[in-house]
Amino acid sequence: MDNPRVSTADPHPLIACHDCDLLQRAPAPQIGTSVCCRRCGARLYRMTRDGLDRCLAMTLAAGVLFIVANAFPIVTLELQGVRAATTLFGAVRALYAQHMELVAALVFFTTILVPALELLAMSWMLGPLKFGRVAPGLSLGYRWVRSARPWGMIEVFMLGVLVSLAKLSHLASVEPGVALWSFGALVMLLAAAASSFEPHELWARVDALAAEADPQPMRIA
Amino acid sequence: MSPAQPTAAQLGLLACDCCGLLSRRAPAGPQRLAAACPRCGAHLHSRKPHSIGRAWAYWIAAVVLYFPANLLPIMQTSSLFDSQRDTIMSGVIFLWNDGSWPLALLVFFASVVVPLLKLIALAYLLVTVQIGMSRRRHQRTRLYRMLEFVGRWSMLDIYVVTILVALVHLQSLAEIEAGPGAIAFGAVVVLTMLAAMSFDPRLIWDANPAQERQHA
Repeated sequence: MDNPRVSTADPHPLIACHDCDLLQRAPAPQIGTSVCCRRCGARLYRMTRDGLDRCLAMTLAAGVLFIVANAFPIVTLELQGVRAATTLFGAVRALYAQHMELVAALVFFTTILVPALELLAMSWMLGPLKFGRVAPGLSLGYRWVRSARPWGMIEVFMLGVLVSLAKLSHLASVEPGVALWSFGALVMLLAAAASSFEPHELWARVDALAAEADPQPMRIA
Repeated sequence: MSPAQPTAAQLGLLACDCCGLLSRRAPAGPQRLAAACPRCGAHLHSRKPHSIGRAWAYWIAAVVLYFPANLLPIMQTSSLFDSQRDTIMSGVIFLWNDGSWPLALLVFFASVVVPLLKLIALAYLLVTVQIGMSRRRHQRTRLYRMLEFVGRWSMLDIYVVTILVALVHLQSLAEIEAGPGAIAFGAVVVLTMLAAMSFDPRLIWDANPAQERQHA
């Protein structure tokens, strides 16, 4: 079979800009620099020293915070001796109970399901890679992360919580819970993890491992 | 433009949207088989399939829902003494009158300005691609990147309603319920995000009367 893949062994491989499709030669890799499209200025990729390791570390830390953020109440409200508290999932359930199934599903999907699966998929890909193995289903996980990323909206949710607290603070006394601080830290970690994740590096490492395991050109029977 | 700056499509190459790998286009068969990226397995295509049509479809659906999203109440507050219905705009006005104008501006921007500007900007991008305009490509590409970045923040009001609904059920004292506007508003945000995702910014650069278009 003819391999349709354009050679990746080239020191200056060809790349096409994802925003304008211009073909260009990748410059010599230099740690700490970004490569941008010559024509439209889109950032093609970035060279980092240990981006994937940092990304793995932040993903694992974010996983712990994610559990804390979901297990404890976000805020407690008190008005004339009556107290009410809610966790994120409790809020979804409250919407569901009011026959707002669609909105409940949207909130559940964007703040719980997608972020949880994204964290799992990222650790599944990057964990074994750290020890020189390519996880089974890596490409599936990668594609999933790519298409799911825009739908994880923890940072927007965090801002939403702050706005609602400001609205409520006039009516009753509000008390931030453990989960609120965890969400705050989680937002930072997720942003840091996302910015240190460089697909270019991931695939360079996967390609290198694959070439090591199977030096294909020598296999003419 | 000289062919000194060829695009991948002009040379019969496909860049994977997902992992960026360049592949050679398979020889054209009678029916177009969806090729898969040899590295990550994503569907390969030179441009997003039916980009313009899909984007318009989502756009129209979003415009239709934009009205109920802004006119119907997104929440209803009932307390011992009165009951009050809030649309998105009345929520903003409440915040403004309350003296928390930075918050009012934030919510106004995220919930009213962003969705509207997004719809206008998408229509502008789609129309200019369809008429084959070749000016202002840099600006239009930048506009597209901004659209992709800013769209998610409109979800803000949905989360505000979620938290208020969950917290304020203080037996007889006060109760907040989500209203039908919230469904429409959530749908507008999702639809405009889908519309922006369906649009292919490479189409902005394809239109060039001086250059022969070699891809089918």
